[in-house]
Amino acid sequence: MTNEKDLSRIVTDNLGEVTREWVVKLKADGTLQTGRIKESELETECRRFLELAASEMFKPGDSAQLGPIHDMLGSLSRSRALQGFTPSETSNFVLAVKLPLFELIGRQLGPAEQAQTMMALTAFIDRLALFTIETFQRSREEVIIRQQREIAELSTPVVRLWGGILALPLIGTLDSERTQVVMENLLQSIVEYSAEIAIIDITGVPTVDTLVAQHLLKTVAAARLMGADCLISGIRPQIAQTMVHLGVELNVVSKASLADALALAFQRVGLRVISTAPEPRAGLA
Amino acid sequence: MTVPTGRDDVMSIRTADDVVRVRQEVRSRALEIGLGLVDQTKIVTAASELARNTLDYGGGGEVRIEIVQNGGRRGVRLTFEDNGPGIADIELAMKDGYSSGKGLGLGLSGARRLSNEFSIESTPGVGTRIVIARWT
Repeated sequence: MTNEKDLSRIVTDNLGEVTREWVVKLKADGTLQTGRIKESELETECRRFLELAASEMFKPGDSAQLGPIHDMLGSLSRSRALQGFTPSETSNFVLAVKLPLFELIGRQLGPAEQAQTMMALTAFIDRLALFTIETFQRSREEVIIRQQREIAELSTPVVRLWGGILALPLIGTLDSERTQVVMENLLQSIVEYSAEIAIIDITGVPTVDTLVAQHLLKTVAAARLMGADCLISGIRPQIAQTMVHLGVELNVVSKASLADALALAFQRVGLRVISTAPEPRAGLA
Repeated sequence: MTVPTGRDDVMSIRTADDVVRVRQEVRSRALEIGLGLVDQTKIVTAASELARNTLDYGGGGEVRIEIVQNGGRRGVRLTFEDNGPGIADIELAMKDGYSSGKGLGLGLSGARRLSNEFSIESTPGVGTRIVIARWT
């Protein structure tokens, strides 16, 4: 293990040169092309890595003992993952250091030591590269899990438009378990507000197929049993045509827009909207 | 003559999320060949029905999405295949309102009405294969 100190010392002595060559190599590989990191940042990262590597290089034992350098690479891969780098770009950061280091070893060490040192160095760098990918992957998964939670929280709220009139603006895919939750919310709110009319707005639903229709029909039937009438609004022309071809019949009053549905709801509960503007014609029925 | 053009994708249908992915892919393909909004919605809805059938009744399978050319017209062709129990009586299965499950019984017949081309082959115990296409 006499090489350990040697390589550490050689790297420390030539820190500036190796950093420069490494950055050149990374630039040649296109690391800076996307403009997501600046050259000065990259240089700082490289220098910091080499300083840490020089003090830890070839330390025997497993990766757990490589504390500082792991911390550094860990935060580096996490930020790379968030910045949208690919896994190969991220691991290439570490792998690209091999070339300048090999050249340095070639210049500074005798032939007998070279082979052994290079092998140990390769093993060390490869381990770090794998660690980088693992961290990168984990950060990506964290992002996905966070987004999933955010989407789940988007679950559409039931909105009270007026005393006794509720609206449920549905958004997104309606054939998941989420639908069940949304529909239950509506039924719950009907009780809570003693609603007479519930408007289900499907403007934000991209595809209405038989399963979605079935969910809608079940909800309408359940609401009816609870004494509330449902109106369906936001049926776009293409959805209307598709539903006709599918053969789905929604036995419900439906309107093209939420505004139309609200006007009808007002009518049903015996309300009138009167304009206070000078022109009396601007009023809504 | 109908000839396939360019790339074709095979997507597996194993979970409810896959049904969503199939819909998205079919929509983007339909956009790519310039199908109008109504035609897009029709083929996407048909794909949704058949993908869900593949999942619920066929026990999972796959769909091949192709862009095909016939003279000056372009189209999206979808081939759904599963190795499920198969359909014993296709005529009955194609009837409006008939379902061996808990659905509305409109998926298969609706998909036929939403497509320009529709063919179905099924062998009990072997599996089912449905091909649909929608043209510009």
